[in-house]
Amino acid sequence: MSTMTTDFTDTRGRRARQQIFRGLTLLALVLVVAPAAWILIGVVARAVPTWQWSVLWTPTSGAGGGLSQDIVGTLVLMFGVLLVAGTLGLLAGIYLSEMAAPTRSGRPGARLFRSATEVLSGVPSITLGFVAYVALVVGLHWGFSLLPAVLVLSVMVIPYIAKSTETALSKVPTGYREGAEALGMSPAYALRKIVIRSAIPGVVTGLLLALAIAGGETAPLLLTAGNTSSYPTGALLHQPIGYLTYPVWTFYNYPSEQAHHLAYDAALILVVLVMVLLVASRLIVARTQRHAEGGRA
Amino acid sequence: MALIGRDTGPVPVSPPGGATGRVSLPRRVADFGRSNATGIWRWTGWTAAAVPLAALTFTVVILLVKAWPSIRVNGGFFLTGSAWKPGNTYGATVHTHGVAHPLGSSYGAWPLIVGTLQTSAIAVVIALPVSLGAAFALTERLPSWLSRPLGFAVEILAGIPSVIIGLWGVLTLGPYLAQHVYPPIADHMPDVPVLRYFRNPVGHGEGLATSGIVLALMIIPIITATTRDLFVQVPRLPKEGATALGMTESEVARRVTIPWVRSGIIGATVLGLGRALGETIAVAMVSGAALNTIAPNIYGTMGTIAAAIVTQLDSAYTDGTGFAVSALAEAALVLAVITIAANVIARVIINRTSRNGAPVGRGV
Repeated sequence: MSTMTTDFTDTRGRRARQQIFRGLTLLALVLVVAPAAWILIGVVARAVPTWQWSVLWTPTSGAGGGLSQDIVGTLVLMFGVLLVAGTLGLLAGIYLSEMAAPTRSGRPGARLFRSATEVLSGVPSITLGFVAYVALVVGLHWGFSLLPAVLVLSVMVIPYIAKSTETALSKVPTGYREGAEALGMSPAYALRKIVIRSAIPGVVTGLLLALAIAGGETAPLLLTAGNTSSYPTGALLHQPIGYLTYPVWTFYNYPSEQAHHLAYDAALILVVLVMVLLVASRLIVARTQRHAEGGRA
Repeated sequence: MALIGRDTGPVPVSPPGGATGRVSLPRRVADFGRSNATGIWRWTGWTAAAVPLAALTFTVVILLVKAWPSIRVNGGFFLTGSAWKPGNTYGATVHTHGVAHPLGSSYGAWPLIVGTLQTSAIAVVIALPVSLGAAFALTERLPSWLSRPLGFAVEILAGIPSVIIGLWGVLTLGPYLAQHVYPPIADHMPDVPVLRYFRNPVGHGEGLATSGIVLALMIIPIITATTRDLFVQVPRLPKEGATALGMTESEVARRVTIPWVRSGIIGATVLGLGRALGETIAVAMVSGAALNTIAPNIYGTMGTIAAAIVTQLDSAYTDGTGFAVSALAEAALVLAVITIAANVIARVIINRTSRNGAPVGRGV
């Protein structure tokens, strides 16, 4: 069958191809959804039989014990990323959407910054982790600690936040901005009170997804946060910090059963964390669509 | 109040400071504070938007500086040689081209480069049709009460940390494939040039094929989500017009929808390809993380650049001359070049295809 012409009189052949197409697309969907379910079920099935709630509040000792310091560490890292990448990404998104003047040909402005952001989002996380290790952990003698870990995760995640902020801001109707100006509001006031406020759901969704990405990272953290069995002390430098992906990466092929259990438990906690963030962002999107003008419930 | 409702003509406005134009000092300060609120937003926003550029430049500079010794000594061998040799790190230090490195050390990353390209190619070949099909199913075929939760399932797959997918790949998928899927295929492959690659031995599930499948699983959500958003944006009229002309759904898809969003699909695929090229942890777990081997058949163990960096960095620091770290830096540089090249090629393709005229109406 040539790709450029269809024999439109061949009705039975066309109908057959249509049915095959239908079947294939549904099969493709199954091929996408089934592994997701398989993975989740697998994680739960391996972790639940040997689950002990004490894992949540006991720190790791050797290859046994619990995971509490890793849980706290992951949450602390996420908070740090929220502070650093959240602020910077938000400001960058606002700048790119509202203030970068369009070029003379009408294309969006700040093209160098935009291209750099896109290229940065394509740089592998291991490369950023490597650079952070070489320059910050070893080069500046910061050692495995909180600050290089937060910095490298933030750099990874800022492109996502900037892009989602920019998208959210672009969805705010121009009428809002024009009305604000007509009422005599200064641009900064209008930005704060009207534009950003309307875009908050989209921005929050982007932040939650960025946190999910940061919490699930392993490679850059292996190279910047190190590992420890003590709780984070709040020290920015010279103090390693634990995180939930570490036991999964290291303990899964230790020879001890206890280590395996910890690996599966960490995987389960991670999955729960990520699911909470994803569900929260979905709920926010659904709520705004219900309240938006013309949105469907 | 008696003026309300009565038109008394234009109201003369006196300029600030009255007719003389002189403004009092408190007024000037107040004006300065008020108008600079926008300035502060613009200023901090500009700095924030510059951060990615600064980080990118910093990364490239550090990589170049750290890789320079390795580039000097290994030269072209790095890209073509098949030996990743740290040499005798406890032995004598020799100097080549002025760079100190252990005796016997020489780094050739060709197997790693091949492994990286192979796994990513397999991943894209599997992921692209599956993602397109899934996106079609989500947007065209299913009622919304079904497509929303299934769409959420795709998001979940995107959010699962890569280390967990790697764990599942090692513990569940790998053994399953090695016991139930690979042997039937491998046992029935004829000894013919291309298909020879699919013959035995099958191994235990850690290798090129499993890595490709795991990577495909990781990039499918990216391509599916982007493509689904694109399909939703295709205007209804051309599709309905095609249906009115009697085209079946598959023909509408092939002749209207896909050409309409072709450049977006290419962009999404390259996004996925970038992710596949840089994926570290899952591939390190599932590929066997070999350093000097190109997979002899599709089930064989191999390594990728990213997996090598993460597994070798710790031991690289035992090399006191810093040469091993330099070799890894050069490997990271090669990976970055490959990723950026893929990105640039995609942009060129996108620009070229989107400059042609109306996408609809060709090839019917």
